[in-house]
Amino acid sequence: MSDNAAVKILICQGTGGISAGARQVEAEFSRLIAEKGLSATIGKRCDVVKTGCRGLCANDVLVDIITPELGRVTYDFVVPEDVEAIIDEHIIKQEPILKKKAKEYYNTFVDQQMRVVMTGCGQIDPEKLSAYLEEDGFKAIEKCVKEMTPAAVIDEVKKSGLRGRGGGGFPTGMKWSFCAASPGNKKYLICNADEGDPGAFMDRSILEGDPYCIIEGMMIAAYAIGCYAGYVYVRAEYPLAIERLQKALDTCYEKGYLGKNIQGWGFDFDLRIKKGAGAFVCGEETALMASIEGERGMPRPRPPFPAVKGLWGKPTNINNVETFANVRHIINKGSEWYASLGTETTKGTKIFAVTGKVKHTGLVEVPAGMSVRDVIYKVCGGIANNRKFKAVQAGGPSGGCIPSEVLDTPVDYDSLIKAGAMMGSGGLVVMDETTCMVDVARFFLSFTKMESCGKCVPCRIGLKAMLDILERITAGRGEMADIDTLLEMGATIKKASLCGLGQTAPNPILSTVKYFRHEYEAHIIDKRCPSNSCKELLLWRVVPEKCVKCGACLRACPSNAIAWEKGQVAELLQDKCTKCKSCYDACRFMAIE
Amino acid sequence: MSNAPAAEEIPAEEIDLTQANEIIDKFLTLPGNLMPVLQGIQDAYGFVPRPTIDLVAERLNVYPSQIYGVLTFYAQFHLKPRGRYIIRVCVGTACHVQGAERIVETFFGRLGIGHAETTPDLRYTFEKVACLGACGMAPLAMVNDDTFGKMTVQKVDEIVETYNQRPMK
Repeated sequence: MSDNAAVKILICQGTGGISAGARQVEAEFSRLIAEKGLSATIGKRCDVVKTGCRGLCANDVLVDIITPELGRVTYDFVVPEDVEAIIDEHIIKQEPILKKKAKEYYNTFVDQQMRVVMTGCGQIDPEKLSAYLEEDGFKAIEKCVKEMTPAAVIDEVKKSGLRGRGGGGFPTGMKWSFCAASPGNKKYLICNADEGDPGAFMDRSILEGDPYCIIEGMMIAAYAIGCYAGYVYVRAEYPLAIERLQKALDTCYEKGYLGKNIQGWGFDFDLRIKKGAGAFVCGEETALMASIEGERGMPRPRPPFPAVKGLWGKPTNINNVETFANVRHIINKGSEWYASLGTETTKGTKIFAVTGKVKHTGLVEVPAGMSVRDVIYKVCGGIANNRKFKAVQAGGPSGGCIPSEVLDTPVDYDSLIKAGAMMGSGGLVVMDETTCMVDVARFFLSFTKMESCGKCVPCRIGLKAMLDILERITAGRGEMADIDTLLEMGATIKKASLCGLGQTAPNPILSTVKYFRHEYEAHIIDKRCPSNSCKELLLWRVVPEKCVKCGACLRACPSNAIAWEKGQVAELLQDKCTKCKSCYDACRFMAIE
Repeated sequence: MSNAPAAEEIPAEEIDLTQANEIIDKFLTLPGNLMPVLQGIQDAYGFVPRPTIDLVAERLNVYPSQIYGVLTFYAQFHLKPRGRYIIRVCVGTACHVQGAERIVETFFGRLGIGHAETTPDLRYTFEKVACLGACGMAPLAMVNDDTFGKMTVQKVDEIVETYNQRPMK
């Protein structure tokens, strides 16, 4: 921070923060600061800064107060009613309110991480170019243009070992060199921000929290490859990301960081946003290009690869948001520094979106190679509600499940594939003993079936047939032969599909059968769901010995199917029960089964 | 696509094409302009009315069938009028394991409509969507631009109550 004499109030305003009421908190701070004449009272400037997401979305609204005397203090779960007390006690009297301060877990959550890509997210105002410039913004592209040849830039990225963060893990420098080597002087650069994997939101957070770093990353790539035009393809479900990126682009054009002869460096680059329209398959690069061209987003066969013949038939380089966000740090700090992070085959850091049944859901950035166990238990505080860990699903609908036996797998591309999952975009959905693995497989398949574009028969028809089988199993009408049919069909679909969607769609099934075959068998043979999840197989009841008579189930029930009075064991009225599971989830003592 | 039971088609002659023409003018020279044009029309009219398809076909020199192909491919385009309040419930992975299905079913029950349907009075359209990207707040629901995190079945009632009171304009 450049201005040490000022008080700074940082308020998290990502999508998570805003849905928890960050705008109201900000308004209250601004109102009270003006009303109390705060700057005059304490004799210092007092800035309210809205920042992007800082990761711990479950505890929003997060507010950091930075004063010269007390340094940085974080408050969580802030509501507008707390604001006056924070100003009076903390900023004026210099006495932080201990009761409201984020507890120890917040420090653990932050300390265990290593923030490279997300340094700016949650610290700077994403809507201000000046804030980005203070953090050495656009220094990397300046260095490239002034001191390095395009080939030297590619070489530097190659040496850093950076691999594509979109999931495939293809070496970025290599990809750039292919496109740079393609003949022709009209080439395109695309940033893939069609982050469709349910459970992953790091790209959204970067776009919302630090949009300028994407622009700079793309400028560097454009310089290295020799492109003069680029697109950022953002999915339409991210209105805030689109708004902030558009603002950043407008400012860049205004201040001469985009357009013709950027900053007088003799380098041109045009960048515009292309808004998606709600199709998961458009995250696949050839489908994405079809979509930019204004067609149905259906994948095209490769080769020819985009580096040779991509958008409008021209050589095209396409990278993911997080990949571009890494680039400026590699140029600024050098490829050796970057290559020193991570493991032998996976360099640098990786951002994970850890969600599901963990205590602290949110975004975490860790050096590649940390074990999955450490990510879940050390950084994110373990499983919520004292339940038992069952598995973690990595890599979204294309990935697989990691059970407790292989929880020590390090998070790098190759180890995860060996464990039957994949890095994917970096979503980690944690599941506890109440999550049914057959149901999870069914869930992913219903998603990929819906999103299949319909071009290849194995994917279009095959996924539908597999889903029918899974639905039969979860309804208690499965047969033992079904498991083998699933395995066989899965293998065929993987082999016979054109694009990544079909090639990976059977993964969730294959990996759950591999690690949780007993759950499939329980559904088929015993007509029982061991995790109490598949509702056609369940009849709920209260276990009197386990019930602590707290009444939590009564409050959770939407259909008055719980009879309970103070000091009494609860009773479940079968005729009113809609099997919605609200009571089961609400009970912390596993007294409903 | 919406297969709303009673939402009447608006007669073609009642569609004012001025706005659609302005949108086409804006993107006329841009390569790959079909999607931005259709997105603009959808924003302006709330859906893509039939007469605008013919207009776009003529002015951009593409077949109506091609436009129809694009419109039906992407989940965000709609061929029928939509409700004043669009309720979207996230059924992404994180929301699914936190119980999104019962939120969806409770909405179905309260509103009397299913996925991608609109109430006959055009007040509500209901949609299941895949991941809104705020998984930390799962399960998640949105009504137009307002987000409701950590949903419970009780909150469904509160939301429907609140929006029943809101004006239609």
